[in-house]
Amino acid sequence: MARPKAEQPEQSAPPMVHTGARVRRNEDPRLLRGRGRYVDDIPLEGCVHGAFLRSTVARGRIVALDTTEAEQLPGVLAVYTCENIGGLDREMPLLIPHPCISHGRTQRPLARDDVYYVGQAIAFVVAVDRYVAEDAVSRISVDIEPLPVEVDMERAVDDGAPLVHPDVPGNIAAALVQNCGDADAAFARAEHRTKIRVQVDRSTGAPMECLATAARWDPVSGELVVWDGTQAPIGLRGALASLFELDEDKVRVIAPDVGGGFGPKIHFPYANEVLVPLAAMELGRPVKYIEDRSENFVHMSHERTQIHEIELAATKDGEVIGLRDVFLHDTGAFIPYGIAVAQVASTAIAGPYRIPNIEVEFRCVYTPTVPVTPYRGCGRPQANFALERAMDQLAEELGLDRFEIRRRNLIADDEFPYKREGLIFADGLPVTYDSGQYGAALALLEEELDLPAFRAEQEQARAEGRWLGLGLSFYVEGTGLGPYEGGRVRIHPITGKVYVNTGLTTQGQGHATSMAQLVADQLGVAVDDVIVVEGDTGVFDWGVATFASRAMVVSGSAIHKAAVKARERVLEIAANMLEVDQADIVLENGAATVRGTGTSVPLAAIATVSNPLRYAFNDAAQIATQFAPANKGDGPPLPEESRPGIQTEEYYSPPHATWAYGVHAAIVEVDPVSYDLQVKRYVIVHDCGKMINPMIVEGQIAGGVASGMGGAFYEKLEYEANGNLRNASFMEFLMPYATEVPHMEMHHLETPTPLNPIGAKGAGEAGTIPVAAVIASGIQDALAPEGIGPLWHVPLNPSVLHDAVREARSR
Amino acid sequence: MTSSTYRSPVNDDPTLDISLVVNGRPVEASVSPRLLLSDFLRHHLGLTGTHVGCEHGVCGACTVHIDGRAARSCLTLAVQLDGATVRTVEDLEGPDGSLSPVQAAFRDCHGLQCGFCTPGFLMSVTALLDEDPDVADASDAEIRERIAGNLCRCTGYQGIVAATRQAAETLRDAKEQADGTTQG
Ligand code: FES
Ligand code: FES
Repeated sequence: MARPKAEQPEQSAPPMVHTGARVRRNEDPRLLRGRGRYVDDIPLEGCVHGAFLRSTVARGRIVALDTTEAEQLPGVLAVYTCENIGGLDREMPLLIPHPCISHGRTQRPLARDDVYYVGQAIAFVVAVDRYVAEDAVSRISVDIEPLPVEVDMERAVDDGAPLVHPDVPGNIAAALVQNCGDADAAFARAEHRTKIRVQVDRSTGAPMECLATAARWDPVSGELVVWDGTQAPIGLRGALASLFELDEDKVRVIAPDVGGGFGPKIHFPYANEVLVPLAAMELGRPVKYIEDRSENFVHMSHERTQIHEIELAATKDGEVIGLRDVFLHDTGAFIPYGIAVAQVASTAIAGPYRIPNIEVEFRCVYTPTVPVTPYRGCGRPQANFALERAMDQLAEELGLDRFEIRRRNLIADDEFPYKREGLIFADGLPVTYDSGQYGAALALLEEELDLPAFRAEQEQARAEGRWLGLGLSFYVEGTGLGPYEGGRVRIHPITGKVYVNTGLTTQGQGHATSMAQLVADQLGVAVDDVIVVEGDTGVFDWGVATFASRAMVVSGSAIHKAAVKARERVLEIAANMLEVDQADIVLENGAATVRGTGTSVPLAAIATVSNPLRYAFNDAAQIATQFAPANKGDGPPLPEESRPGIQTEEYYSPPHATWAYGVHAAIVEVDPVSYDLQVKRYVIVHDCGKMINPMIVEGQIAGGVASGMGGAFYEKLEYEANGNLRNASFMEFLMPYATEVPHMEMHHLETPTPLNPIGAKGAGEAGTIPVAAVIASGIQDALAPEGIGPLWHVPLNPSVLHDAVREARSR
Repeated sequence: MTSSTYRSPVNDDPTLDISLVVNGRPVEASVSPRLLLSDFLRHHLGLTGTHVGCEHGVCGACTVHIDGRAARSCLTLAVQLDGATVRTVEDLEGPDGSLSPVQAAFRDCHGLQCGFCTPGFLMSVTALLDEDPDVADASDAEIRERIAGNLCRCTGYQGIVAATRQAAETLRDAKEQADGTTQG
């Protein structure tokens, strides 16, 4: 039926109408009407509810645990402890093994004998509703004998410090040294050295929807269905199939609408993710667990605490020729996600600068606190803070301007690809920056800031006794890691709508729109006629997950490839139906049209024809049935090596990460009485390669900066010396409201990456990375007339600044 | 959605009868005194558009209108609502199913990402604009002050601030036009 391809003149690539446009989101109308479907919204007939008993002691031994009274409470269906969960009473997987993890420890779903942090799950109650389940939890009696603890990471590595795990000497989980070039030689010939110590404190992703799991077991089909607020349904499916010894096909994990992720939801399995399915299977009823906010603070992973000692070797002109960094990384009580956070920090340490000689060393330290896994930025904010504060310090010592010292060290456009041989990134491959215009970005920022005007304003402000300053920070972000993702594109024969599937998930990043834009351009359909379904292993189960700013880069590329193939197939069939050359066909408005004529066939008809039918189940289907005139011919109705319908599936595996970058600056003012911070301008130059939907990119940047503002000045998880988390609520953990987040002026450069067919780099985490350095640098500048000491520890806050000024004045 | 009984199935807690109006429809229910309004709306009336982000009154995700004023449904007990009128996000769209000016503005300005905080913001902003039509002329900083009762972790608020202003302008224009028509 199809003419040989060779006769066809080449079709040129379609015009990009939707790709790159600020398309309003497909997902919004549903969400705006209150018709989202988050885990707790899934209606499950006869559903019962879980609640946890959690440890109130950081490190201790469980000497008594009595659940009798809880079990006797009317309405309680089950009380689980480590004693009655069968094969689940085991250490959960260490998700990313790495040879440098000498003492990898992971936790059990429910504590056995020992507890390791406040918040650790000890028992799980299932009852008719959450009120009763929580009543029952309060009736469990538990006696925990406290053991000595050391929550201060630096003291935790000292000889004689209390051990989190008795068989882990020095509380060291892992240690790694990486080298690029010859740092020793560089330091030996350096004309100037700068060494500083910086610290970034602990924080949490705080998605507005806490963790949530619901499960239903169908004893007839033997299928376990789990709805879970996860970033990694395919991974969780693998873990559950393994733990419950079920065929993968019998476990379906669905991430429905998820109320924010920001990293912590990439980790699995959390206790609820295994105990809810267990209870559903044992009780034969749907079971649900919805974490509350106070639990979220002590259960869902944290991130950030690192202490860096960073040293730069420079010429007297400010060329940085060597870098040494030694840091401690707090991994909490366990290391379930391996060294990912520390590794990313260590490989981002030289940022956008040439710095050819690097030695970076880290140790991952156990402390009796909530385990640490990636949170938006994943080690990059800490590395960036260390590097950028060191660059500011170097500039200061050499008497150079902060812009100038950066200009002298940025990798030049013609130096890409720029490889840091010896630094192995989180994808297991050497750090290789693929493309960028770093110099142009800095120049654009300077222009937008209007520095001469600012300097005049600052002089004026200082004359009036006001504290006005400017801060800046460059950053790079390795995004779009492998191993791979897939995409499937299918044209529906009845409606002509296009269905797209991929294996990862969305927690608000707008995939249903941006992925649809890519496909809409290839197939000439409206963006809202492309329906993206993801996050459901029952629909598409090849892939990895949503993390590391990779969805558009990896899934987007796979979907694009699949759409290109679907387009080829559409053109081939349309050429037959219309009896013209493919080159004469335009795909637009959901139809194939002969160029310059009104003759066209709709996509639905093309999809119908592509699927040989026996039954005319509707009028349109007649055309594809056996006795329809067009279908007379020799040979099988479905030619050898072809498949019915228009459905394509492609995969994309990046050769290595692609590096986005940008530079932010802020003009800040500190109130001399209250020491409150006011950000008067926040200017961003950002380059994530080709932008598929700039509106969505800007939303990602803005959200990232807001998290970064939290980390710079407001958000800090405060552990008391006994391991209790003092501020486990939104009342005391100061997440920024609209009043704490500045208006952001955004400017884009678009340097495409050569590594993937759509030219895109990731954007999800970028906004967060530089903010702490920008704010610290800005406040330092503002308070310079007071002669305060260096600001090398974030988050800052009014009392820190007050103390710094008082200290300077008393000197 | 006319009658609903929530009786704690296991203990002897008394239940109390309440009658109220939710989204324009009368509701009679018999509820446990400790039942939160947020749970009553979500799990007994099936109005899952109202979200719960903290259950301690800080995030605003659970905001609904009680007798025309924005209120936190996680800090309100269902039994307090006898005789009250409650409006939730499900009631914002027009009778023809079109998005309200506030909803449309959130879409136009990318004022939502994951959508979890969104119903609370929509209810807060809708109440704000009902009370104070002059928000259209407010400074950026003033708008930020006025919406600082709700948390959002995704958007960085930039789209929400823009959406609030756009909705205020739309509503003001509509009002001016209506006034003009009446006068003319
Ligand atoms: S859930 Fe009510 S204010 Fe957060
Ligand atoms: S849109 Fe996700 S919390 Fe606001």
